[in-house]
Amino acid sequence: MITKEKVEHIGWLARIEIDEKESDAYAEKLNSVLDYFGQLDEVDTDGVEPTYHVMDVVNVFRKDEVRESLPQEEVLANTEHRQEGNFKAPRIM
Amino acid sequence: MAAWTDISGIKQRIEASSAEEITASYLETIGKSRINGFTTVWDKALEVARGIDKDGNSGPLAGVPIAIKENISTTGLSTTCSSKILEGYVPPYDAHVIEKLKAAGAVILGKTNMDEFAMGTSTESSCYGPTLNPWDIGRVPGGSSGGSAAVVAAGEAPLSLGSDTGGSVRCPAAFCGVVGLKPTYGAVSRYGLISYANSLEQIGPMATTVADIAILMDVIGGYDHRDSTSINRENTYIDSLKEDVKGLKIGVPDEYFGEGIDEGVKKAVWDAIGKYEDMGASWKKVSMPHTKYALASYYIIAMSEASSNLARFDGTRYGLRVEGENWHIMASKTRALGFGEEVKRRILLGTYALSAGYHDKYYLKALKVRTLVKQDFERALADVDVLMAPTMPTPAFKIGEKIDDPLSLYLADVNTVPVNLAGVPSISVPCGFANGLPVGLQIIGKPFDENTILQAAYSFEQNTDHHTKRPWEVA
Repeated sequence: MITKEKVEHIGWLARIEIDEKESDAYAEKLNSVLDYFGQLDEVDTDGVEPTYHVMDVVNVFRKDEVRESLPQEEVLANTEHRQEGNFKAPRIM
Repeated sequence: MAAWTDISGIKQRIEASSAEEITASYLETIGKSRINGFTTVWDKALEVARGIDKDGNSGPLAGVPIAIKENISTTGLSTTCSSKILEGYVPPYDAHVIEKLKAAGAVILGKTNMDEFAMGTSTESSCYGPTLNPWDIGRVPGGSSGGSAAVVAAGEAPLSLGSDTGGSVRCPAAFCGVVGLKPTYGAVSRYGLISYANSLEQIGPMATTVADIAILMDVIGGYDHRDSTSINRENTYIDSLKEDVKGLKIGVPDEYFGEGIDEGVKKAVWDAIGKYEDMGASWKKVSMPHTKYALASYYIIAMSEASSNLARFDGTRYGLRVEGENWHIMASKTRALGFGEEVKRRILLGTYALSAGYHDKYYLKALKVRTLVKQDFERALADVDVLMAPTMPTPAFKIGEKIDDPLSLYLADVNTVPVNLAGVPSISVPCGFANGLPVGLQIIGKPFDENTILQAAYSFEQNTDHHTKRPWEVA
């Protein structure tokens, strides 16, 4: 069961502001989906390995060498919040 | 000029007139559209077509127009995933598939509508409003690639690209009466596809004929070092365009005809299987016992991956920003305003499923069930060449019918999501009508055996006339 308080906590972890008025409605809809997910408890998965990935691929590495990248101007073109070639954001702390 | 024309028909028309004229006629049709399939029409489309007329291009798609889903990156052309949070975002680079299309001479007409961040089965959650089904504008076109399917069905583009995370190419193809392929995981590079659930999704082609799907796959498929899950494997898809199913062994999984299936859909699919029998194929029932758990497993994995993939939309580098006194508050306010309800629900559930204390119960459990679902496919496909089933359990539903109840919308994906969990290829082809609405036959194959399902689909198409029926929009 996800409580109203839990919804607000998950919202904080996910960086999605949820105001008190919304949290009841979220709790109700999230719980109905979680109830449905609960059916997986019926499945016997003892000794079954998890599948993170369907293909047998391992880490793909490339040589650590300098290559051409996108021009700084173009990368910064999608925001007006920039300064001296950097993205500008409010303080973290 | 709202008509269905395939690639070879378009090439003949270019021969007779010009690529510019063809593109202009599609732009004119789009201008009169009543289905809201396109989100943006590219203002350079005519210029590109003129360039092809002037310089010549011997590529397989020289001068052929195509529509692209909103979540595939296109340089200089808005790519928003139909979300307010990416409003105004213009990618500085092309997706791998776009590079390939441009090299092949294709003319990009514009971008197509989708469920916000590809999370949906109806194209109703878009910030641009819903796309309407060309067969009945009171109904949804399916989703999440609803725009890509609807514009092809409405004759506004001959071809399109969508993406399929849990059925998002096959579902709208079925609902709109066109052909759509979800390739094997790793067959098409995801470089430049904005990720939703990266271990499940593939870019897939949509068209009015199976032949056009094969031609498009020859252009967009193949290895790309920029996608670390891209598989290096050569294939020529057009080799599959042979009319022969003699000796083909078909498996029919009972579990795909379960509770809630529409009688008209069931009949159309069994009639199709009967047709295959007439053409020399054989069928038998197969059992895939974990199918009923695939939906829960899929949604847990997709939401968990989404909670991570969508963390990048935080107002820092592009799109919407709502000011706040520090970064965390800025990000939380931006995401609260920028994401729609369904996207928020999925991020919250995914965050919960991965959080301390719940990881093993939900996420790890879902991954183990994924193994069992994949083993069901391996067992069934060891015995038969292909599996056949309805793509969707019902025809297109009404706009607004399911939007307030997320679980009822999830249940519509019951026959498509197992395929993504297993990573196998699957095609949806028109196989008839139920209450005047198109029905899709789903043909599922072994990993990297697209050619067998394409050949089966092509043979069916050559021997039936379902794909020649047109919706009112192009009648």
